Amino acid sequence: MGYKAALRVWRGDAGAGELADYQVEVNEGEVVLDVLHRLQATQASDLAIRWNCKAGKCGSCSMEINGRPRLACMTRMSVFSPEETLTITPMRTFPVIRDLVTDVSFNYAKAREIPSFTPDPSVKPGEFRMQQIDVNRPQEFRKCIECFLCQNTCHVIRDHTENEQAFAGPRFLMRVAELEMHPADTADRREIAQDDFGLGLCNITKCCSDVCPEHIKITDNALIPMKERVVGRKYDPLVWLGDKITRRAHKDTPKVPGKK
Amino acid sequence: MTQAPEVPARSRAQISDRTFRKDPWWQAPRITATLLTIWVLYATVRVFTGHWYFVAKDHYLTPFYSPCVSGECVPGSSSLGQWWPAVPPVIPYAIVALVFVLGFRTTCYYYRRAYYRAFWRSPAACAVREPHAKYTGETRFPLIGQNLHRYFFYAALLIGILLTYDAAQGFRGPDGNFGIGIGSLVLLANVIFIWGYTLGCHSCRHITAGRLKNFSKHPFRYWLWTKFSWLNARHMQFAWISLGTLMLSDLYIMLVASGAFSDPRIFN
Amino acid sequence: MTSEIDRLSYDVVVIGAGGSGLRAAIEARLNGKKTAIISKSLFGKAHTVMAEGGCAAAMGNVNPKDNWQVHFRDTMRGGKFLNNWRMAELHAKEAPDRVWELEALGAVFDRTKDGKISQRNFGGHEYPRLAHVGDRTGLEMIRSLQQKVVALQQADAVELGDPEAMIKVYAETTITELILDGPEGAQRIAGAFGYFRDTGRFVLFEAPAVVLATGGIGKTYKVTSNSWEYTGDGHALALRAGAKLLNMEFVQLHPTGMVWPPSVRGLLVTESVRGDGGVLRNSEGKRFMFDYVPDVFRPQYAETEEEADRWYDDQANNRRPPELLPRDEVARSINAEVKAGRGSPHGGVFLDVSTRLPAEEILRKLPSMHHQFKELADVDITKEPMEVGPTCHYVMGGVEVDPDTGAASVPGLFAVGEVSGGMHGSNRLGGNSLSDLLVFGRRSGLGAAEYVSALEARPAVSEAALTEAAAVALEPLERAEGESPYAIHSELQTIMNDLVGLIRRESEMKTALVELDKLRTRAAQVSAAGGRAYNPGWHLALDLRNMLVVAECVAQAALERQESRGGHTRDDYPAMSPEWRKVNLICSAAAEGTVSLKRQPIIPMRTELLELFDISELKKYMTDEELTGLSGYSASAAAEETPSEASEAPARKAGE
Repeated sequence: MGYKAALRVWRGDAGAGELADYQVEVNEGEVVLDVLHRLQATQASDLAIRWNCKAGKCGSCSMEINGRPRLACMTRMSVFSPEETLTITPMRTFPVIRDLVTDVSFNYAKAREIPSFTPDPSVKPGEFRMQQIDVNRPQEFRKCIECFLCQNTCHVIRDHTENEQAFAGPRFLMRVAELEMHPADTADRREIAQDDFGLGLCNITKCCSDVCPEHIKITDNALIPMKERVVGRKYDPLVWLGDKITRRAHKDTPKVPGKK
Repeated sequence: MTQAPEVPARSRAQISDRTFRKDPWWQAPRITATLLTIWVLYATVRVFTGHWYFVAKDHYLTPFYSPCVSGECVPGSSSLGQWWPAVPPVIPYAIVALVFVLGFRTTCYYYRRAYYRAFWRSPAACAVREPHAKYTGETRFPLIGQNLHRYFFYAALLIGILLTYDAAQGFRGPDGNFGIGIGSLVLLANVIFIWGYTLGCHSCRHITAGRLKNFSKHPFRYWLWTKFSWLNARHMQFAWISLGTLMLSDLYIMLVASGAFSDPRIFN
Repeated sequence: MTSEIDRLSYDVVVIGAGGSGLRAAIEARLNGKKTAIISKSLFGKAHTVMAEGGCAAAMGNVNPKDNWQVHFRDTMRGGKFLNNWRMAELHAKEAPDRVWELEALGAVFDRTKDGKISQRNFGGHEYPRLAHVGDRTGLEMIRSLQQKVVALQQADAVELGDPEAMIKVYAETTITELILDGPEGAQRIAGAFGYFRDTGRFVLFEAPAVVLATGGIGKTYKVTSNSWEYTGDGHALALRAGAKLLNMEFVQLHPTGMVWPPSVRGLLVTESVRGDGGVLRNSEGKRFMFDYVPDVFRPQYAETEEEADRWYDDQANNRRPPELLPRDEVARSINAEVKAGRGSPHGGVFLDVSTRLPAEEILRKLPSMHHQFKELADVDITKEPMEVGPTCHYVMGGVEVDPDTGAASVPGLFAVGEVSGGMHGSNRLGGNSLSDLLVFGRRSGLGAAEYVSALEARPAVSEAALTEAAAVALEPLERAEGESPYAIHSELQTIMNDLVGLIRRESEMKTALVELDKLRTRAAQVSAAGGRAYNPGWHLALDLRNMLVVAECVAQAALERQESRGGHTRDDYPAMSPEWRKVNLICSAAAEGTVSLKRQPIIPMRTELLELFDISELKKYMTDEELTGLSGYSASAAAEETPSEASEAPARKAGE
């Protein structure tokens, strides 16, 4: 079924660039990444593509194919018609290094702000006892391959760069949820989830869940449950009243300081 | 060419196109906006109509008028009594419940997604640039109020019980004994979907057991959570179906009450 | 030119950010050393994420009879007794602690009913032993270690005001050369030279200790489960720095890789499919593995389908299904079936789990396999069988190291994980890799830290060495005319796949060596178009040099070893030879980019470790003189059986 596909690939660096047109051979069973590799091997040897496992397990080859954020290695050519021109661009939310490769260091900086797993220090390695039903929730979130497609798609930063400081993005709000639901974790990240990581900016329009290649239900299982937990900490008037009456003090875990 | 480059200042790819999506991404928000608008218009007209809401013979009360607390309510329609004397129909007869029904749906996590996308276009579809220059999400008044969803849920539980009572009344035939008409089934179906929607609520899921760190220490709550989570995964479907059944059951009762046709009885 | 090079100073530089590299870096940092982690790809993307099945550790959570001795025995058997027994011993003893430690870092393993870490069955392991998370154990491991690095950085941010003061990750950075210091013959590590992939800028890490954790060499083969990073960088860096590579002929072909569609040929299908009940069938629908159980394994494996099926529920009273033989055996059997004309339409065999488990259970136990086949091959594994065939997966050979510290023969150089050699002998058991990374990651991190602490003066990097390293790296860019690196890489892969693949012949390997020689000359003249910023053509041109030298080691060693053992199957020498078991093959760098090979005797196993085995089993592997003096040994008993010939009959059949 080999045919020549028409590709429009964004090429450039430091922000400046344009869509370049190519004709590339396509064979049966191939994915977009195969076709980009053929382009690289035959016509554009310096075309920058970031990829690694080519099996949807490492989350390196994130890009936008016909405007949709996807992994190039998991997008089969058979979902497009042979006549269709494929527009392939880098992820728009992150600065471009070159061609289809973006600088995703934003995400690593955000990861460093979240207080890490905090087990009870009296539990020694080997003594953890957890039931499967209790670890199911964090396990779902730990399927995350950090492709950062959710971060790229989320309109809170995609369309509003001014929110980059205040918003950790779906991947890292999910990381907060993962730790909050970890049966052996003892920290309380509810307040910083709202105040420092911008959970309130999320308007649960679910694009993060839509683009997740691991099909993690980010919004329903992580972000909304986290919002509900934040309500329990900050907004529920009954809880507030109860705190006043019983003089309960919350032990909120502070955000980790960044680089000076 | 082989000069060592300095680390450049990096910026995003300068692409002016709003999106390169080729699929009809604008369809879904349009459909949502249309359906929601139709429903709101219909409901507004109906709650201010002030008649054709109760079929005395068959004991059918439309959910839009339950509980009917105005002194104007027709005899037999006020299950919780009449709380104040005649008020002009600018105030809907079921004002007490309607506030909470609307509040519950408006602050619902699913509907929020639907109307943010459909009306506010923030964003209209994934990876499509939104039209606003500024965005503060749900961090400020009035949208910070969305955090009160759980209180609307508590109220929705009470309303659910009331609607269940109303549906049960619909199984009383003209002679007061057990009977089934098409209207009884319509009300029953409606109340089932209302419960499906109400119990699938994200707040409900949180309150039941979602807030716990260890499910294993609370097996009953966990069991409930798994059931509510099943409903929650279908929250969107229940949201739309129950919206539809609300409107249809009201329409049905309106037609019967207005005398357009009489309710076909299946049993008694 | 050297003024354009960024100079950074560290105590320990770890090259590679997979499981072993991160574990080593964490240990070095915990021992107070300023540590750099260098990664060819982004942080958290290393090849460890591909590991699916689990991490072998004799915790005894599922079967309390399991202990380190049983694990040690399984590992030695799997490696056909060529393993560095000291490594196998340390590995079996320390793996449980390393797994528990990982859990304390936040890893969330699947659980048993009583809340402990669950363990699953795997090929070659006598008891359920693999700690796992569904079929994405490697991802869990790398994420946990990654998050530990972040936690350490957070502590430094609070304490020192800079999260990167003591441990820093250099993502998308490639090391092209190790820099040495000292007189000829007594050189030691002084640093590592390389470039940042994004800008192409050169960088020198000045450091007295370098830990190689670069993984394997799979990209020298055409059909492989390995990613682009697996270009044998660490193997080649070690060679060029003067260290030795051990037993490079042993390359594991995983029996089950995808065979269709062509673009994903080689992609791994986890062994857990078989561990959880999947069976192999040929085109006639027959479970052919029953025909291929070698004598050495016969006592432990079921002879009928009924017994094999009972084993999943009752392991105490039944023997294991032959689908769970060590990987080399299964790979050869599949190869034999395909050659005999009983293969699947696309040249593999059928791996079926759809008729063995309910759909729901498949989805729960093998979610990423379901996803992989659905998305890439349009096959629903809950309804249809998969088509699978052997794929190049792992190299058992690697840098010769000291078992206790991971130190290579060059002072200051350490190696750990797949790039190191010895631990797995001639064949690695599934699940032993992840535990290897943790056990020896910690040991080499500690070894490097102690080495640095003991130093009196830091080594120095000479300008000459730096200038040369930079010049070599720039050559492909400066050449206007020359072949494309992509073309040469593709030829190399074909040569290795076809001539030094699963079944090897003397004549073919000789041809391969001639071809490799020609390729080396051509590779020295490749040209990469474009500039230095994120230029994959240039990167490949530099990696090519590493792949070629490693491929030559593999081919030379494979030609030299005249027997079949584990991941090395000779058509012309189909039997396993007790005499060859006493020999390690050592590859070292020779003049002008070539390599040389020599034989080196193995170190005899300690008596108390030997005594963990039944004497009758040892006789199948060892010569009489090695066994003299062991309790229970008698010369007459030795004469009763001739070990090698008969035992490997299926392997010989496979070669025909």
